[in-house]
Amino acid sequence: MAKRIEASGVTAYYGAFKAIDSVSMTIEPKSVTALIGPSGCGKSTFLRSINRMHEVLPGARVEGRLTVDHQDIYERDVDVTAVRRMIGMVFQRPNPFPTMSIFDNVVAGLRLNGVRGKAALEEAAEKALRGANLWNEVKDRLKKPGGGLSGGQQQRLCIARTIAVEPQIVLMDEPCSALDPISTLAIEDLISQLKDKYTIVIVTHNMQQAARVSDRTAFFSIEKTGDPGRLVEYDDTQKIFTNPAERKTEDYITGRFG
Amino acid sequence: MTSSTTTKPAAGAMLPRRRRFGAETIFRWLTTGAGTAVLVIIVAIATFLIAEAVPALRDNKENFFTYKEWFTGPADRKFGIAALAFGTVLSATIALLLAVPVALGIALFLSHYAPRRISTTLGFLIDLLAAVPSIVFGLWGRDYLVDPVKDLSAWLNEYMGWLPLFGGDGPFGKSVLLGSIVLAIMVLPIITSLSREVFMQTPKANEEAALALGATKWEMIRTSVLPYGRPGIIAAVLLGLGRALGETIALAMTLGTTFVISFNLVETGGNSIAANIANKFGEADDFGRGALIASGLVLFTITLIVNMTARAIVYRRREFR
Ligand SMILES: Nc1ncnc2c1ncn2[C@@H]1O[C@H](COP(=O)(O)OP(=O)(O)OP(=O)(O)O)[C@@H](O)[C@H]1O
Ligand SMILES: [Mg+2]
Repeated sequence: MAKRIEASGVTAYYGAFKAIDSVSMTIEPKSVTALIGPSGCGKSTFLRSINRMHEVLPGARVEGRLTVDHQDIYERDVDVTAVRRMIGMVFQRPNPFPTMSIFDNVVAGLRLNGVRGKAALEEAAEKALRGANLWNEVKDRLKKPGGGLSGGQQQRLCIARTIAVEPQIVLMDEPCSALDPISTLAIEDLISQLKDKYTIVIVTHNMQQAARVSDRTAFFSIEKTGDPGRLVEYDDTQKIFTNPAERKTEDYITGRFG
Repeated sequence: MTSSTTTKPAAGAMLPRRRRFGAETIFRWLTTGAGTAVLVIIVAIATFLIAEAVPALRDNKENFFTYKEWFTGPADRKFGIAALAFGTVLSATIALLLAVPVALGIALFLSHYAPRRISTTLGFLIDLLAAVPSIVFGLWGRDYLVDPVKDLSAWLNEYMGWLPLFGGDGPFGKSVLLGSIVLAIMVLPIITSLSREVFMQTPKANEEAALALGATKWEMIRTSVLPYGRPGIIAAVLLGLGRALGETIALAMTLGTTFVISFNLVETGGNSIAANIANKFGEADDFGRGALIASGLVLFTITLIVNMTARAIVYRRREFR
């Protein structure tokens, strides 16, 4: 299920502004990779170029090569929707569909894929909600609006919605930044479980979180404002946090910079 | 009362006193006043209408609600709202059926498909269309649109004449179809620009949520833009309906002014409460005016019912907003 991501020379622009410059890295299947770095260094931009969400913004484009199990996802005749179905994404702010019930939120992606039939949808919804550790909290109120849940529950609802379509890769952009410590722990636990099935890439500003959940860590940085972000160091999380090769990485993780 | 509110209380002193005549209070009075004024105006209008209508209704020789024709001359005092009310609702409904899909399509095109420049220009043109006075639409419909609609009617009659809507054997021309088309063009700008506004307000986060699930653009619109905009669409359609129901002069010029209840859209005919008022008001005596005002009351009631129904629809889904 899980797939390997290989980026080589990925450069992303917002109009004329170059936000990341030539990022190359290989992300192993069934692992958790953390992207860390100071604000504005292009973590979100890189993450969004992995599932081709970057190009959704007007004027935004990506250069370079990005393959998933050796398939170039930016090739001309590739179906973008298929790419995004294979690579799910969880956003920084929980964004359930406000007009939909909890149930409809979870199965929204399946319905888009043409899955019909009450039984199939119900089964998939329960499976996804259990997978997101939310089933017990919402099983009696599936018909209620998704917006009525707490922030942490909404975020887990969004995770359920993402895993309901059984993607192979899950991208998470600061999924816990709007959440309290308990919800954060719940989601971190969840990430460790999801790792068995999916390749996970997570952006986080929280060093402890990166250290707790990830196998590999990539440190991004910028020289100064207006410069593009670059990948500075990419290694096992253990190594990055105990014995980084780069001075900049060390400064950042020890809090002397950024 | 004032000095104690501005000076800082010494440590341990009492808290500052509540300001009794601050901006807050004045604002509350102003808003309450404005709200009350609306009520007063509505009651005043209703009282006026009822007072004028009652004498005419009392002298009416036919049942006001079931009689179809409208005679208010000194000799013949019989009038009824049935055909007029039917014609009003029919022409407004057809107009909306024609206008809403087109308006929503244009609105979506402007908000989600067109490049920025085209979208601004086109949006401006549409707002301009909303500013065209209805007499202009009326004249244009009567003088220029009538022939194409005649041809269209003949065509519909020939190929779909088995449908009661397009049946009959003429003459065609100043028909419900013509009136409804003119009405549709008139309500199009309101519905378009309001729904465009609503569509553009869809939170980016919701649109991205759909796209990230692998939705195509149209699927994204269906899962996030349209549901989010639903109450706004309903409000826009209602405003359009309100205008269509109340439209006077354009319909007076394009409908065939008959007093029958018929679903036939293509044959010369059709009428509406407001058009009838416009046609008859000039030559009406006191009695005739009273009768027309009574019809105005019915129109008022229809509009009210439509509005309340729509509000109920919006309200029922409020939990999901
Ligand atoms: N929609 C946009 N339009 C133009 N420039 C943008 C846009 N989004 C981001 N940028 C710019 O691209 C650069 C990288 O932004 P990005 O959001 O990827 O940073 P980040 O590392 O995720 O930061 P943070 O930690 O604050 O989320 C920044 O200089 C930012 O100003
Ligand atoms: Mg970011």
